[in-house]
Amino acid sequence: MMDDSAHSQHSRESQQTLNFTLNGEAMTLEVAPNAVLLDVLREQLHLGGTKKGCDHGQCGACTVHVDGQAMNSCLRLAVMCEGQHVTTVEGLAHDGELHPVQQSFLECDAYQCGYCTSGQMMSASALLADGRIGRDDASVKEAMSGNICRCGAYKNILEAIQQARLAYDATAERGTAGRQEGAA
Amino acid sequence: MRTFAYSRADSVERAAHATTPTAAFVAGGTTLLDLVKLDVMQPSELVDINALPLKQVEWLDDGRLKVGALVTNTDLAHHPAVKQHYPLLSEALLAGASTQLRNMATTAGNVMQRTRCPYFRDPSAACNKRHPGSGCDARDGLNRMHAVLGGSEACIAVHPSDMCVAMAALGATLTLEGPDGEREVPFGEFHRLPGDTPHIEHDLADGELITAITLDAPLAPAGSHYLKLRDRASYEFALASCAAQVALDGDSIGTARLALGGVATKPWRCAEAEAALAGQPATLESFERAAEIALADAEPREHNAFKIPLARQAIVRALREAARLAGTTQEEQA
Repeated sequence: MMDDSAHSQHSRESQQTLNFTLNGEAMTLEVAPNAVLLDVLREQLHLGGTKKGCDHGQCGACTVHVDGQAMNSCLRLAVMCEGQHVTTVEGLAHDGELHPVQQSFLECDAYQCGYCTSGQMMSASALLADGRIGRDDASVKEAMSGNICRCGAYKNILEAIQQARLAYDATAERGTAGRQEGAA
Repeated sequence: MRTFAYSRADSVERAAHATTPTAAFVAGGTTLLDLVKLDVMQPSELVDINALPLKQVEWLDDGRLKVGALVTNTDLAHHPAVKQHYPLLSEALLAGASTQLRNMATTAGNVMQRTRCPYFRDPSAACNKRHPGSGCDARDGLNRMHAVLGGSEACIAVHPSDMCVAMAALGATLTLEGPDGEREVPFGEFHRLPGDTPHIEHDLADGELITAITLDAPLAPAGSHYLKLRDRASYEFALASCAAQVALDGDSIGTARLALGGVATKPWRCAEAEAALAGQPATLESFERAAEIALADAEPREHNAFKIPLARQAIVRALREAARLAGTTQEEQA
């Protein structure tokens, strides 16, 4: 039963095959073992919505969903996403209809320069879908603390999230919540 | 970023047997990729352990809770058994990092996280931990964030974990799988003091993998509190933190458990202060005396002396809240 050759697919500096689902679409890519998810999204797939800020997990500009959970794409190897569902800001809207978070960010003017906005919206949309996070302002602020906005648009971001919650809950009651993960 | 080989482990045994001294296991990757990008860590090979069956949280027959190495910080913090029976651990986990990082970070990875010392993170600085024998730029440098307990001439870098502070107070056992089989290590003996060898941070041998951390049976009826003091309200490392757990015996303290974070070179259990609290009345005077004892051996450097009164205050406040909650629990059960 112990077959050492089955232990791994070694390939120093060689390409690895990655099968994953991106914004609802099954995809196969050749990536380097040290390719970071953020760089693959931006440089290889030309999806520029996910931003590089600090590149060390400190700012949240690179936030994406991996199997529905908000994660820093700058600290994740692309090869680690084998078999997973990745959603970027490009996958948040559906059939031309903005996600409630996108609509409320527009209506509440929840950004200034906009560089952190896609990361803010990815954290916000994951937060609304996570019943373990409290609904009050303090809980939302705490849950959003991994997304830094150097313009200081926090007040409007909080307002936008709480406004989006109303629309999101109404959508969830109609039984169509969770569709943004492309898992349906 | 430097290149490395990558493989996926498909069994615990093979993962533990097949690694080389320059290989590193990767789970959440939040510390590892951060430090590989800085060229502070230089693994030749990453062994991805995420497919291993180490994601369970289960009660053992002896009343302890066994937590698989790959349970994420988020899942552990919100696990019903942890929230109900180990709220101290849940609070500490949620006080650490950000939502995104907690979603990625694992239980064993948190135990293995590296210091935030800026000299350790800067390959051009002298650091005995990163480059043994090169010296320590922190001792006479910008050491506001550094340790006042457990330091040495060679190193005063702080252990950055919140989760580990709660585990030090709760008591736990690590299960390790290595080339020579499985062994267990008490949590308090896993992390090493820097001494003359700050590059040796823990008890893991080459190829050994943490497979589980088993929490001691819950202390009951007890109250607990994790208090973290930091430069901003959220998403920041501790200047000083305290995990306190108190079980009352009438109006007196029956058992107290106390550990500090942000001020020491390893998760810092305060055994002498705990012993001094046993049998004493649950009053401010008792808590202040415990705080004095806990910081009695503190050695500040130029910029971090403020951490000593800060840690004392953290202890007093955490004990007061833990005792108040213990009193409430005791009344409910009476």
